[in-house]
Amino acid sequence: MRNPTLYELQHPGHDPEEESQAHHHPFLQHHFEDLGQQHEASNLGMWFFVAQEILFFGGIFCAYFVYREMYPEAWKAGSHHQNWQIGLFNTIVLIGSSLTMALAVWGAQGAKRKFTTLMLALTLVLGTVFVGVKGYEYREHIHEGLFPGAMFTYVDPNPALTGGVQLFMTFYFAMTGLHALHMIIGAGLLIYFIRRAWRGDFGEEYYGPVEIMGLYWHFVDIVWIFLFPLLYLV
Amino acid sequence: MTDFPLFPEAASDVAKYVDGLYLSLVAICGAVSLLIWIVIFYFAIKYRRRPDNQLAQEQEPPALLEATWIIVPTIIFIGIFIAGAWVFFRIQRVPANALEVYATGRQWMWKFQHPSGQREINTLHVPVGRPVKITMASEDVIHSLWFPAFRVKNDVLPNRYRTMWFTATKTGRFHIFCAEYCGTQHSGMIGWVVVMEPTEYQRWLAGGTEGSLASQGEILFQKYACNTCHTSTAGARGPVLAGVYGKQRVLTDGRSVVADDNYIRESILNPAAKIVAGFQPVMPAFQGQVSEEDLIRLLAYLKALQEGGRPVRPPEADETSALLEANQP
Amino acid sequence: MTTTTIEDAPFIEPSATAPRNYLNDEYGVLSWLLTRDHKRIAILYLFSVTIFFFVGGIFAFLMRLELLTPEGDMFTSDTYNKLFTLHGIVMIFFFLIPAIPAVIGNFILPIMLGAKDLAFPRINLLSWYIYILGGSFGVFVIIAGGVDTGWTFYTPFSTQYSNSHVFLTTLGAFITGFSSILTGLNFLVTIHRMRAPGLTWFRLPLFVWSMYATSVVIMLATPVLAITLVLLMIERVLGVGIFDPKLGGDPVLYQHMFWFYSHPAVYIMILPGMAVISECVAAFTRKKIFGYKFVAFSSLGIAFLGFLVWAHHLFVAGISIYSAMIFSFLSMIVAVPSAIKVFNWTATMYKASVSWQTPMLYVLGFIGLFTIGGVTGLFLAALGIDVHVHDSYFVVAHFHYIMVGGTIMAYLAGIHYWWPKITGRMYPEWWARLSALLIFVGFNLTFFPQFLVGYVGMPRRYHAYAPEFQVLNVLSTAGATILAAGYLLPMFYLAWSLKFGRKAGTNPWGAVGLEWATASPPPKENFHETPTVTWEAYDYPAFLKAMRETQETKHA
Repeated sequence: MRNPTLYELQHPGHDPEEESQAHHHPFLQHHFEDLGQQHEASNLGMWFFVAQEILFFGGIFCAYFVYREMYPEAWKAGSHHQNWQIGLFNTIVLIGSSLTMALAVWGAQGAKRKFTTLMLALTLVLGTVFVGVKGYEYREHIHEGLFPGAMFTYVDPNPALTGGVQLFMTFYFAMTGLHALHMIIGAGLLIYFIRRAWRGDFGEEYYGPVEIMGLYWHFVDIVWIFLFPLLYLV
Repeated sequence: MTDFPLFPEAASDVAKYVDGLYLSLVAICGAVSLLIWIVIFYFAIKYRRRPDNQLAQEQEPPALLEATWIIVPTIIFIGIFIAGAWVFFRIQRVPANALEVYATGRQWMWKFQHPSGQREINTLHVPVGRPVKITMASEDVIHSLWFPAFRVKNDVLPNRYRTMWFTATKTGRFHIFCAEYCGTQHSGMIGWVVVMEPTEYQRWLAGGTEGSLASQGEILFQKYACNTCHTSTAGARGPVLAGVYGKQRVLTDGRSVVADDNYIRESILNPAAKIVAGFQPVMPAFQGQVSEEDLIRLLAYLKALQEGGRPVRPPEADETSALLEANQP
Repeated sequence: MTTTTIEDAPFIEPSATAPRNYLNDEYGVLSWLLTRDHKRIAILYLFSVTIFFFVGGIFAFLMRLELLTPEGDMFTSDTYNKLFTLHGIVMIFFFLIPAIPAVIGNFILPIMLGAKDLAFPRINLLSWYIYILGGSFGVFVIIAGGVDTGWTFYTPFSTQYSNSHVFLTTLGAFITGFSSILTGLNFLVTIHRMRAPGLTWFRLPLFVWSMYATSVVIMLATPVLAITLVLLMIERVLGVGIFDPKLGGDPVLYQHMFWFYSHPAVYIMILPGMAVISECVAAFTRKKIFGYKFVAFSSLGIAFLGFLVWAHHLFVAGISIYSAMIFSFLSMIVAVPSAIKVFNWTATMYKASVSWQTPMLYVLGFIGLFTIGGVTGLFLAALGIDVHVHDSYFVVAHFHYIMVGGTIMAYLAGIHYWWPKITGRMYPEWWARLSALLIFVGFNLTFFPQFLVGYVGMPRRYHAYAPEFQVLNVLSTAGATILAAGYLLPMFYLAWSLKFGRKAGTNPWGAVGLEWATASPPPKENFHETPTVTWEAYDYPAFLKAMRETQETKHA
């Protein structure tokens, strides 16, 4: 026997096995009702993703603070090896890239194809400059023997602090490394978006992906805003 | 002991509290679980579906129930919490007159050192009816020292002293287990605690030959040349150590710490970490140079080193210290 | 009052031609491997987690064989240590965490919401590939010689002392974590944004509420595990002292960070079980769940409180007495929402129409075993008792009552309950009941003696043990044999049912809920037209009323 469903009792004439028509719209994915729903869903998704990222970085920040509390002297000694001028330069570069990113979103909303592409490209350039400068800093640290592990040859003027400095540098490389990894992933996404923007995919109706890209980029910048004082200016 | 006990032997004074709490929980939780089982099976049988296509009637149980089964369990749970915490305090608070024993865990054995100088591996001799405090550290990974018959256990961490205590109430041999997984021979990191009558214990203690722990420490104090700076006169390069144990120490950065076991340990292994006000960080670090057992010997020496510069009676031991003095040259 | 039955309801003939459904819509390996259909991805997950379940099960069975005798005479200590480590890792990371969300949740959740798919179908597929990538690290480690740290990877043993494949294993666990994060994210967005018209929050089935809570926990806890494992890997590879006390690190910090994830992970594993149980209780008693809102909010309560109890794993590991008190207290409080659920499920059965079909048998088993698992959790949360039973077999028994007696019972309940929807065929009832009975008996025989042997003093993770523990261990191994038979049976009869099972029809259980309003198996887009929801969750009273009206019009 076949049990009826509550649904069909309340909607007489409905046949669960009957076929119907599907939607058609260039960028509307089949499972969404309309672009509005699609936009809201992807936006919310990125916010949840950012929440997840906060916890991810939160874990390492937490460990950082525990050891900073444990070894305040070594932390001070370690941060003296950071060139704060370079750090500040990078911070400005990154804030600039946030600005261009925001402008790109604005451009996408207004269907300004060339402007959007230009702004995305500028963001990419600034991001690349940041990662390049970071790479230069890494090279200097490695040269100084500050890379933790077997390559760590540095001895602090106060030898008792050497171990703590190594711990500081471990956190330095882990935190900035994870941040740089996020930058590199962001740069890869930017290349994809530059192509799409140039193609003219975005407009008043459909600009969600650029907005989400912007959210991600701003988040990565904000992480750096926390990293800079903690690692360079302790 | 039967061939397969369903309940562990109780051989310490906290065991009766732990067991009492455990059995009351078994009774309460058993009753609640049984009640739930009975009710669900009663409902399942009484209201079983017949015929196959029968629908449920609309009756709802009274809504007041909801409040009842939120409030009542909460109260019971808080009661259990209070009882558990009460027992926990008994387990944690070390009596002042406890006999001090030192334990070192390493892959995969337990080493014990008595103040009178005896060393044992995987066996621990203790007197009955006397609180025994164990100060312990690990040489490598985390271990956990468990005396099931005493219902006490504590993790043994590397590079840090932790303590536990018990008062045995029964003579006999009881298990020692390592409860924190520590590698290949984890299940072989076991031993026996031998609880003896006090007189027998005295006889056993008298069998030691190496001299007291403190006097062993005194030898090390000279061997590591600690005495070149830590002389007994003020104004030397290192602080005077007599009478320091257990005192407040003011550091160069203004903080103050109690000179307890862990502080002394750190000050030997990594002296620059906490420098006492008025001194320079000139002492070399002994990290990796002093074994755990030697650290314990040095610690015992510093504890015994009262003002005046020579080892005297440790304040908390009586029988042992009597022997200790007998062993002095 | 006369009893109303379903028989008198209007009867719609199924279409004469075989309808297109998600299974026969496309054919070929690629149509599966590149699918974005949540239902097909669920099937991919079903196969993968089943394989891992049996791999983990084999490890468990070998351990039980070794423990027949007190001497370590069957395997070397190293092999035994690898067995329990791999058992834990495989069962937790590759079976329990994905089992209900990624298989049942993936399949049913969008249908329950009246959605065509999850919000991000490509990310859903990606999460399966990430899972498979993480899983292949696991498989590689198993083949390459295993890992012996225990699933908890406690430092400094894991970073400085173990000679096994710690790095690859943690990398595998790290990667798999992202798979669950993506699934959780997908669920959250789908629940927020893809509900059918009329499907308000308080009309959602409790399955959805529970999955929502699970997803929140996954999203917020898993990244912390990820970063912890990153630090662990850095320490192991570079030999620096993040957690190694010899080099200035703090091993207890590792435990804090690990349990900050891994205690909520317990709720990641049990909340989906509760989700399935709520559905089955309603369907097999044909009643609205008693105290719907209490059950719904208790899921969120568990998710929230679950984040505040992690340090109860550290009562003897070196936290202060006062933090131990706080965590003990909070651990007691977290038991309240679970108790609320148990009482509400029980109350739902009052004056119900209780079916004795297989899923309901699992439900009864779940309630009984979860209750025992829950109350023994109180023993462990009570500080004075925990000092004695911590790291003993009592703990092993406790979490197996939750994980196996709870989650796996619920998983099997769910698989049987939705099997007709997933495959369009009924499983053979008699065999299924037999297997449920075997599992129940085998489970209790396996794990109940472990409570006893734990309190008597047998530590966990022991390859060889004191002779006085033997009798209880032999009982446990005997139980494991029955349990193994119980788990193997469904493999055969479920496979059999794919071809020979009775055709299920749209609504074989006479249940309400959107998933029972679409064909079995469902069409590719779940519903041909987006349904509009006008009834409450589990609206059996409305069902009853509609039935009566139909009956009256018929008689008139």
